[in-house]
Amino acid sequence: MRPDPEGLLPATEPVTLIDSDGAPVTPARAVVPSTPDLVAALGAMITARRFNDQAYALVRQGRLAVYPSSHGQEACQVAAAQVLSDGDWLFPTYRDTAAVVARGVDPGQTLTLLSGEWHHGWDVAAHRVAPLTTPLATQLPHAVGVAHAARLRGEDTVVLALCGDGGTSEGDFHEALNFAAVLHAPVVFLVQNNTFAISVPLSRQTAAPSLAHKGAGYGIPGERVDGNDVAALLAVLGEAVAAARTGGGPRLVEAHTYRMQAHTNADDATRYRDADEVAAWSRRDPVERLRTFLTRRGDVDEARLAAFADDAERMAATLREELATDHRHDPSELFEHVYATPTPQLREQLALLRDEAARDTPAGEASATATTAGGAR
Amino acid sequence: MNEKLTMAQALNRALRDAMAADGTVSVFGEDVGRLGGVFRITDGLTAEFGEARCFDTPLAEAGIVGVAVGMAMNGMRPVVEMQFDAFAYPAFEQITSHVAKMRNRTRGQVALPMVIRVPYAGGIGGVEHHSDSSEAYFAHTPGLHVLTPSDPADAYGLLRAAIASDDPVVFLEPKKLYFGADEVDLDLPVAPIGRAVVRRPGTDATLIAYGPSVPVALDAAAAASAEGRSLQVVDVRSLQPFDDETVCRAVRSTGRAVVVAEAPGFVSVASEIAARVTERCWDALVAPVRRVTGLDIPYPPPKLEHLHLPDVDRVLDAVDDLRWETV
Ligand SMILES: Cc1ncc(C[n+]2csc(CCOP(=O)(O)OP(=O)(O)O)c2C)c(N)n1
Repeated sequence: MRPDPEGLLPATEPVTLIDSDGAPVTPARAVVPSTPDLVAALGAMITARRFNDQAYALVRQGRLAVYPSSHGQEACQVAAAQVLSDGDWLFPTYRDTAAVVARGVDPGQTLTLLSGEWHHGWDVAAHRVAPLTTPLATQLPHAVGVAHAARLRGEDTVVLALCGDGGTSEGDFHEALNFAAVLHAPVVFLVQNNTFAISVPLSRQTAAPSLAHKGAGYGIPGERVDGNDVAALLAVLGEAVAAARTGGGPRLVEAHTYRMQAHTNADDATRYRDADEVAAWSRRDPVERLRTFLTRRGDVDEARLAAFADDAERMAATLREELATDHRHDPSELFEHVYATPTPQLREQLALLRDEAARDTPAGEASATATTAGGAR
Repeated sequence: MNEKLTMAQALNRALRDAMAADGTVSVFGEDVGRLGGVFRITDGLTAEFGEARCFDTPLAEAGIVGVAVGMAMNGMRPVVEMQFDAFAYPAFEQITSHVAKMRNRTRGQVALPMVIRVPYAGGIGGVEHHSDSSEAYFAHTPGLHVLTPSDPADAYGLLRAAIASDDPVVFLEPKKLYFGADEVDLDLPVAPIGRAVVRRPGTDATLIAYGPSVPVALDAAAAASAEGRSLQVVDVRSLQPFDDETVCRAVRSTGRAVVVAEAPGFVSVASEIAARVTERCWDALVAPVRRVTGLDIPYPPPKLEHLHLPDVDRVLDAVDDLRWETV
């Protein structure tokens, strides 16, 4: 039987459990997560914020080619990782490095794409985290495929796929939702509506009442949540993941949040948004909100907060150290993984590069390195 | 009227002048409005011509190109921006199945005077998907014109010509050349599509290049002249239509040729050029035509891109191989 469209539509107001002053919202419209879950989320968000700050500094030092910041979106990032079990999958975009870190990937490996060392840094299967995707929404059909395969293989795996508000306009987004619904695949789509797609505000992106409404057209329940309230996110996403795991099919969750910094270091956000808007959103800071809530309830004390800050600082120090190293690249890296078996043409080209490198390497230094290739003739 | 402009400014001027001259020219795409495009090529157009003529679209390349097709069918001259090379791929279906074929399918009833601008190719330290050389896909598709300028003056002239063309044009903008400045004579008549140009005279061998590889070829020619060898440099500018006449005249005058392009060489525009030159200039050639291209690999990460891209040394090595001992 076809679902009742009413049941697929989101509530008029996004779910909030903790308001921007850090006070509980009553009556609660969802089950408030447990204290240990919230404390863990706070620790992860403090780390996520520190990670963002450190990455920004690394861009300025020329250690990262580019960094798409998720400062202000830490609640979404952390909740996306925290609601998943070890066997579940996460499909991130370029903006979701903090979610990947929260999932347990080494922060340095998380930044491999952005440092320009290689296109990708971590063990995909071990972490069950797909590579960061840059072409918008193109990862979403993959997420559906992984989820569908899991069901065919008899696993109770759930896939959580991330995308931005702008990405919802791409054809791949719509095809993914439709497939997910038709296949009844265990996928949760989390749209981080951070209000802008580079310079384009949501009003120029869609005329729909909300992005969560888009689910209904495909037969997927849509929900809206305050994206700066990690408690609400954990509740809504947790429920969606549980439903998907027990055969309830896909869900679409729209989180309302804000990107506090420019799109990337290469972007000038002052061209398209004003300081008042940014200031208004800074008063809804997701990290502060939870810190206030938990401190007031006596669930965290100064010592605990200091411990979180220390952990974050240690992570940042390790990250700085990892990225300070200039790696030596062997030309063969370029050819290693183009095909399972290199073609004769690629073997020929590798020989050419080795030859060039050998000519350029001073006598006695046998190894062919990128830093010396293409030097003096 | 001569002005010193960067290629980015020259493109911006071309759009402005075309919009001022023809009310049916309309510019749209991702972030082209208030932001002026991520490379600022459309800077100020919304302010000058209004939201109806230069506007931000939803983020959907297939939609952008598909809507442009419809607008062109109904009397407009749309100029759309694909934000980066690899982000034009979602629109590939529209470009190859419709943009390229509408005139032919309708036996000439429906023309599509539209321009698809694509910032393309590498050398800017961009991460994955920001440095693709996609020219072969487009040049391989009958029905499309494919242009790529290598300096500000050509950027201006060719974009004006592209907008004026009654056929659809894929306009590839080498992004590593966006911010190099040069003198531009804005009063020159619009250059016709389909003409190559000799950028540097020379007598010993001809380097044939286009877009981002033209400066590499010019640098190689300068270096060769220090070594006592005179290299001619031809800038193809228009990949489709291709100017066999200018290219062959140049190759015949030297008897030796090297094609320089940064796209992977296998089944490439460089292959096509080498084959055409061989077929047409066989009697004048003293050595096989050489190609210096990118490697046959997915575009590498920034720290390794220098190993992929043709550089002066590779070009000169290829020139050295042109059987100098036989004459
Ligand atoms: C297919 C495709 N088109 C264009 C781009 C260029 N681009 C990168 S990010 C971006 C805006 C994305 O906005 P949104 O989906 O809201 O995500 P956010 O960056 O805000 O997280 C654009 C247009 C791209 N990466 N992929």
